[in-house]
Amino acid sequence: MIQVEHLSGGYYGKLIVRDMSFTVQKGELFGILGPNGSGKTTLMKMMSGILLASSGEMWIKEKRLSDYTSKELAKRVAVLPQMASQAFSYSVKETVSLGRYAHQSGFFPVWREEDEQAVKQAMEQTGVALFAETSLEELSGGERQRVFLAQALAQEPEVLLLDEPTNHLDLSFQKELLDLLKKMTKETGLTVVSIFHDLNLASLYCDRLLLMEDGELHKLGIPSEVLKEEPVQHVYKTDIHQRPHPEVPKPQMSILPEKMLEDEEEVEVDGTCIRQNGEFIALDAPILLKTLSAGVTGAGWGWHRSFVNRRVDKNYWHDSYKEDMKQFLRRYGFDVNETVGMMTAVHLHTAAYRLVEVEGISVFAAVTAGVGNAVDVSRAAEHDRAFLPGTINTWVFANGHLSEEAFVQAVMTATEAKVKALIDKSVKDPLTGSQATGTSTDSVLIAATQRGTYQSFAGTITPLGQAIGKAVYECTVQALENGGIGERKK
Amino acid sequence: MPKPSIRTFLRSKISAYVLAFAFFTIALFAGISIGTIHVPVRDIAFLLSHHFFGTSLNGVDPSFDNIVWQIRFPRVLLAGLVGASLAVAGAAFQGLLRNPLADPYTLGVSSGASVGAVMVLFLNIQLPWLHNFTLPVVSITASILTIFIVVLFAQAIERSLKVETIILTGIIFSSFLGAVISLMIALTGEELRQIIGWLLGSVSMRGWDYIQLILPFFLIGTLLLIIHASELNAMSFGEEKAQHLGVNVRRKKLLVLIAGSILTGAAVAVSGTIGFVGLVIPHFIRLIWGPDHRHLLPLSMLAGAGFLILTDLVSRTIISPTELPIGVITSVIGAPIFAIILLRKQRKGRGTA
Repeated sequence: MIQVEHLSGGYYGKLIVRDMSFTVQKGELFGILGPNGSGKTTLMKMMSGILLASSGEMWIKEKRLSDYTSKELAKRVAVLPQMASQAFSYSVKETVSLGRYAHQSGFFPVWREEDEQAVKQAMEQTGVALFAETSLEELSGGERQRVFLAQALAQEPEVLLLDEPTNHLDLSFQKELLDLLKKMTKETGLTVVSIFHDLNLASLYCDRLLLMEDGELHKLGIPSEVLKEEPVQHVYKTDIHQRPHPEVPKPQMSILPEKMLEDEEEVEVDGTCIRQNGEFIALDAPILLKTLSAGVTGAGWGWHRSFVNRRVDKNYWHDSYKEDMKQFLRRYGFDVNETVGMMTAVHLHTAAYRLVEVEGISVFAAVTAGVGNAVDVSRAAEHDRAFLPGTINTWVFANGHLSEEAFVQAVMTATEAKVKALIDKSVKDPLTGSQATGTSTDSVLIAATQRGTYQSFAGTITPLGQAIGKAVYECTVQALENGGIGERKK
Repeated sequence: MPKPSIRTFLRSKISAYVLAFAFFTIALFAGISIGTIHVPVRDIAFLLSHHFFGTSLNGVDPSFDNIVWQIRFPRVLLAGLVGASLAVAGAAFQGLLRNPLADPYTLGVSSGASVGAVMVLFLNIQLPWLHNFTLPVVSITASILTIFIVVLFAQAIERSLKVETIILTGIIFSSFLGAVISLMIALTGEELRQIIGWLLGSVSMRGWDYIQLILPFFLIGTLLLIIHASELNAMSFGEEKAQHLGVNVRRKKLLVLIAGSILTGAAVAVSGTIGFVGLVIPHFIRLIWGPDHRHLLPLSMLAGAGFLILTDLVSRTIISPTELPIGVITSVIGAPIFAIILLRKQRKGRGTA
């Protein structure tokens, strides 16, 4: 649809865009990225025919851009600039109707039915039909931007060029606008070329991305190719962290704010942070900790400040236990969004705590262990799915900066330590009579202060792994003994 | 505050034309009828019908014929044409320059016309084959020359001819030509009164010849602007936006500039620099009926014509038999009315148009 070949151009003899070559397919949503001053808008102006290229060629639908008359071009290509100015208070309908200019001819053009239809449809698609008779001046910036989008759509173009279309829009309209554009590319074959400031939005919606640097093409490809940490950090010259989107298979970039001095102060999580009563054990960390957990609330990856192990009756049953847990947390003044909550049926005085330090890295562990529903994982298939009381909840707090691998390895190390404790305490699966490896409702939490020494790994023989293994093993044994398990065996 | 039904009536386009046309007609008849000798409206109707369609005079006082057909009607018509020209040109310039404060005189066209006219008065020239027409013809020529120089100069500054550049160039030329006029005034002895009188503007004692002079310019200029109403709409959203909408901005801009300048130049040449009409009438129409140039231009034309006819009427009757300069009256009447309208609109919270 669009073919750009060795395009160069700029203002007053100074080249701003140099030697750009790319093609855009019909129906594609094509994003242009780049830092301020990298020539995105200049490139866009050349593509829309406002600025003449000083060298190179561009074709739209197999026809040279320079061979189009103004009207012919406007029927093919519509443009939504960053900011449209207006000096007079035209009504919304009048403004959108101007989009039909290129489709009209003659000294006294007739307003035909198809013009009216195009205007109506454009206004409905962009949600501005409601205020058709309102004056532009009375609209907010975002509403105005939608009116100008309607105007561009009323041109019934095959190509839509947008310069940071979401600039003045709030969150929901950003999404709506991009959803609409995406839909139009799929359904009507509209080709959209858009400048984006927001890398994450571009990643989510664009089929392909073009990353510009100093007026030149730096990278061109699908989002996962272009939005890698290395090229983005190189072009934007800033710290960027790339992670996958939680729901959609597209990369997302996070900005890393520069660390302040106070962010570097070391903090330690240990037994002094624990408070305990008959209903729950809580650990209040001095800062937000990075966590990976299987809690009732705050599960998965997150950042949490409070950790609550709530005791429930062994016959506890609740249809929506998550909601019940949230209410419980609120009742005791915990912030639900910053709390990892777990449940246990064992008496809380059986809980065991350990602070272990290996080569300068300290790990604090807290374990509650009930094994009424102990399971041998190798024979788990023999169990029906009845709920039995008893749970081993393992909390591991590492006072260090852990990589993501270290988190996952920490889960493994903690689990292995737990299994070893069960073996040493000869806990049996009551159903099969064989050695148990855990219970059916075990939960685990790995939390780290993310300050202090960097820990890449937490395998069993790394310093961190050694500390975790020792702390969890000893805690689990202690907790089992506190609960009278194992002692009976002796 | 009018009731909703009255407001919708006021805002609808058909009623806009009805009202504007009624205003123009009333002004026309009032202008012919009122004066030292009162001519009844009925007689005016018969007389005009007699001259246009050859119907019988039906017993109208023959002395009225002379007053109406030789004196008042051409005068009123000239006032109307000048008012219409200035208002249409003003509307077009405001749209093109995206500035409601622009007027037909912003680009120095009127200064050019004035320099031409003042020069004729100052040097007391009379070109042999033009006789009494020397002044308007020289004046129109000077105005058209001025706009070409302004455009060429603006183009020399910047090839793409942005409106900002045009405005700046216009202001430079206006000041310069204004200074030239001042210089000539300063050096004048005898003709001072004549020059000042011309500069303040007047439509008296011009006769049919002047109407013949302005009419072709008026028709061409107005027609050119009205068929470019859509382009003006597009260009008032900015030149780049207009280009995106499919307007050949460079060409249309020149066309509008030239058409507006022809109108302004011709109006100034036949009547002097009458201020305020070109600024206020389009502004006023835009406040009531919106900025769409397809309606703004014709409505401004009707309202401008009616307004100048009425102000001319006031200027010659208020301290009769002395005639006041019409340019003074336009501002004395227009400014307070406009101020009140603006104030009331602001209070309603609709902002400026």
